[in-house]
Amino acid sequence: MGLRFTFQNKRISGVLTVLPKREVAFEEEMGNYNFSAAKSMKLKLAMGYNKHRIVDEGTNVSDMCVHGIEHLLNEGLLRKEDISALVLVTQSPEHFMPPTSNIIHGKLGLNTNILCMDINQGCAGFVIGLLQSYMLLEQPSIKKVLLMNADVLSRKVSKRDRNSNPLIGDAACITVVERSVDACVINAIANMDGRGAYALQIPAGGFKMPSTPATAEMKEDESGNFRSLDNLVMKGDEVFNFVQTEIPPMIEELLKISGKAANDIDYYLFHQPNKFMLNKLADKMGIPREKMPSNIVENFGNASGASIPTNISFNLGDNALANIYNVCLSGFGLGLTWTAVEQQLGNLSFNKIVYY
Amino acid sequence: MKQEIIKILTELRPEFDFSQSTDFIEEGMLDSFDIVALVTALDEKFGISIDGTDILPENFSSAENIETVLRKNGAK
Repeated sequence: MGLRFTFQNKRISGVLTVLPKREVAFEEEMGNYNFSAAKSMKLKLAMGYNKHRIVDEGTNVSDMCVHGIEHLLNEGLLRKEDISALVLVTQSPEHFMPPTSNIIHGKLGLNTNILCMDINQGCAGFVIGLLQSYMLLEQPSIKKVLLMNADVLSRKVSKRDRNSNPLIGDAACITVVERSVDACVINAIANMDGRGAYALQIPAGGFKMPSTPATAEMKEDESGNFRSLDNLVMKGDEVFNFVQTEIPPMIEELLKISGKAANDIDYYLFHQPNKFMLNKLADKMGIPREKMPSNIVENFGNASGASIPTNISFNLGDNALANIYNVCLSGFGLGLTWTAVEQQLGNLSFNKIVYY
Repeated sequence: MKQEIIKILTELRPEFDFSQSTDFIEEGMLDSFDIVALVTALDEKFGISIDGTDILPENFSSAENIETVLRKNGAK
């Protein structure tokens, strides 16, 4: 039984995905890994390795978030005076201090009667950020929350790590969350298990193990990957088994709370670590694979908490402007954290991809 | 079924003789990425979808164990 949340009269009113212009094909990097060409091509199909979007050196999450928000302001899709909170979910903060959300606030020149908040979350970051946004909207003074899910983790992944580099992507997504008198009830569940906290980590660079020349030294692991202690590392097998074990019963529990059958959900828009994991989840849950899109990694890479809103922008696109869908959103990974929300999504003011 | 399993394994890693091995994992013949490719090939060959919770290295350590997991998941 997860921690349950219920919200009323709240909705997502727009989703904007900001992707780096730079696209790198799997074949361009294949030589970095100790795969045979034949094995690489098999994995390309199974895992969804194809191409990914990664930032240029020096690009930070605030650059991409500001680009996206300025686009919304310039297009008349958002007014500065309606923004009451900036909630940034990222694992790529620009500094230990100040919070990156405050940097974004400063760059945009927003009013001072506003709340800025950084949340350190990963793959479950969209749902966690959404829960925080809905909770903020319980306050009458909050008009609109800008939920930003942004990461540039390609800068922390070793190019010679076949476990992580082929699938990592960078992105920033801006989701506008606001009140709505006619919105349906929203149900959500959250679970965390810190005993698995080190299943995904960047060992060095924090206070516990500051980055030094020694932590930057590249070393080979037992699978032939080269990475340093400054790089992201994940125990892929453990994460895979955790997802296959924990997600199906959580979704079943959520649907039971919502009084819905699996078929009542139009789309299962889940975090996308890789295509294989998503397809196995869909099969295990008895959900047609077309209802659970798994095409984000192959097109853009896995940008952690940004993968669900990227999924919304890419797979629903303009259809979410005129239609309303019953959706189940689920994020899982870092923490370990596993979350899900069931709600309606549609009649959006905007739902698109722009490039930085 | 065992012959089909050995054939798929050999296509995956032609440099090894899977019929002579007692433990594919211990002997370093399959890593986690090979298991992903193997599961994909087995799913396709036998028209099933091996349950995600069955995708553990020990279930793919021998042709006999692979046959067991295939039968558990409905392969005939």
